[in-house]
Amino acid sequence: MLTSKEIIETINMIDNQHLDIRAITLGISLFACIRGNAAETERCVYDTVCRRAEKLVPTAAMLSAEYGIPIVNKRVSVSPISLIGAPNSNYIGIAKALDRAAAACGIDFIGGYTALVHKAMTSYEEEFLNTIPEALSGTEKVCSSVNVASVRAGINMDAVALMGKVIKKSAELTAEKGGIACAKLVVFANAVEDNPFMAGAFNGIGEGDCVVNVGVSGPGVVKKALESCPGADLTEVAEVIKKTAFKITRAGELVAREAAKRLGAQFGIVDLSLAPTPVLGDSVAHILEEIGLESVGACGTTAALALLNDAVKKGGTMASSRVGGLSGAFIPMSEDIGMIEAAAKGALKLEKLEAMTAVCSVGLDMIAIPGDTSCEVISAIIADEAAIGVVNNKTTAVRVIPVPGKGVGEFVEFGGLLGRAPIIAVNPYSPAKFISRGGRIPAPIHSNKN
Amino acid sequence: MRAIVSVIGKDKPGIIAAVSGALYEHGINIEDISQTIMQEYFTMIMLVDISRCPLELAELSRILEEKGRQWGVSVRIQHEDIFNAMHKI
Repeated sequence: MLTSKEIIETINMIDNQHLDIRAITLGISLFACIRGNAAETERCVYDTVCRRAEKLVPTAAMLSAEYGIPIVNKRVSVSPISLIGAPNSNYIGIAKALDRAAAACGIDFIGGYTALVHKAMTSYEEEFLNTIPEALSGTEKVCSSVNVASVRAGINMDAVALMGKVIKKSAELTAEKGGIACAKLVVFANAVEDNPFMAGAFNGIGEGDCVVNVGVSGPGVVKKALESCPGADLTEVAEVIKKTAFKITRAGELVAREAAKRLGAQFGIVDLSLAPTPVLGDSVAHILEEIGLESVGACGTTAALALLNDAVKKGGTMASSRVGGLSGAFIPMSEDIGMIEAAAKGALKLEKLEAMTAVCSVGLDMIAIPGDTSCEVISAIIADEAAIGVVNNKTTAVRVIPVPGKGVGEFVEFGGLLGRAPIIAVNPYSPAKFISRGGRIPAPIHSNKN
Repeated sequence: MRAIVSVIGKDKPGIIAAVSGALYEHGINIEDISQTIMQEYFTMIMLVDISRCPLELAELSRILEEKGRQWGVSVRIQHEDIFNAMHKI
């Protein structure tokens, strides 16, 4: 029998601590849409997304009302478009069809304008990568991701070099909006096929026809739980986070199962990520400060984040057998009020953020850098992150925005969940020769496990 | 199907009567009830059976929320599974 205390605890988490289901993402396979004729492919892509996702938004609203828990984002991820569009190279046409379908279904974002080039690029994939700036600047809801490295393959430095140029061009084409196209573009190492979070979600080639992946969140809930034990040692802190993560994950799993049933889809995974929003009381940085740092970015940040990330995973794994996606703490600069404050006052720098990415989920996320940052520097930032991912057997990613016309200390506003960010400094010394060498950084020795 | 009704707000006479009257109107049976005053706030939790209620849970939730506004308290109804999921192993 439930106790009043348990019921009130859940209600408080939802009402006062921003517990929510951050995203229900419907993964849709588009392989049946590969046609020789470009117009037919576009039509099939549009029809397939609309048919599969038409009930996503009303179903989410119904579940939200029944369980009394907000479901913030409703999204779709599709098979990598670099493969779907390959027969006729009509990538932009497919991007526009996806955008129209997303608008028709009322969803927030549609991900999957994706290429997997961690070992090498085919000629059609290279052509695809060069369409990304136009695809992102010419659509509203389409998100793109590119996997440039993996433990098994190493780091494809030709793709890394190209992505520096793609990011720069994406920023330039959306200069009047602060380079917002870059906020919809993620460069991965070890990309996962079942990630429900944007901008990096795509329906992997190992996935089924139609699958529900759910991302839960609750930085505010974790912080509140820690506030109740100010004198606890770090073992106890980990225990408190674990228990909280368990409860959050259970809520996500319930919603994921029920959503899958009602949408006639498979239940894929629950992603345990602690994903912040720019709202006060929904910050991962503030959890780290609650653990005992004067500001996120201080010495000790990496250790505190490692503790947090590990405890979240342990609690979540106990709660669900279908844990997947990225599952850890997110540290998107522009989407976390504590990170924004720390960067603005100079407490949090790019180098510390990079160290943090070695111990938490994902990587350098939603970081605004000066608009005059060169393509080679952006590529080198990607290479560094990819190295962390490949050597440490984890997913890493880069989503940086070289904000056109702006320099260090200025702010860029993206609005909504994408938030706002101070532009932070990048090391000025040149990696141009390193990047121009091209080739592939070989896979690490631990990739050879067979 | 069972759900949890929670009523939270400033204590005043007649809240229990108003809430249970509204539930009765919709064919909902109260199986368990507990109430307490927490930090000056009246808090009532009811376990209810809604299988004879002709309305969808989402619609019922909207109606009770609106009634709660009229009475000056927060009234919500949630499927019991959300609580079971979070608090039971």
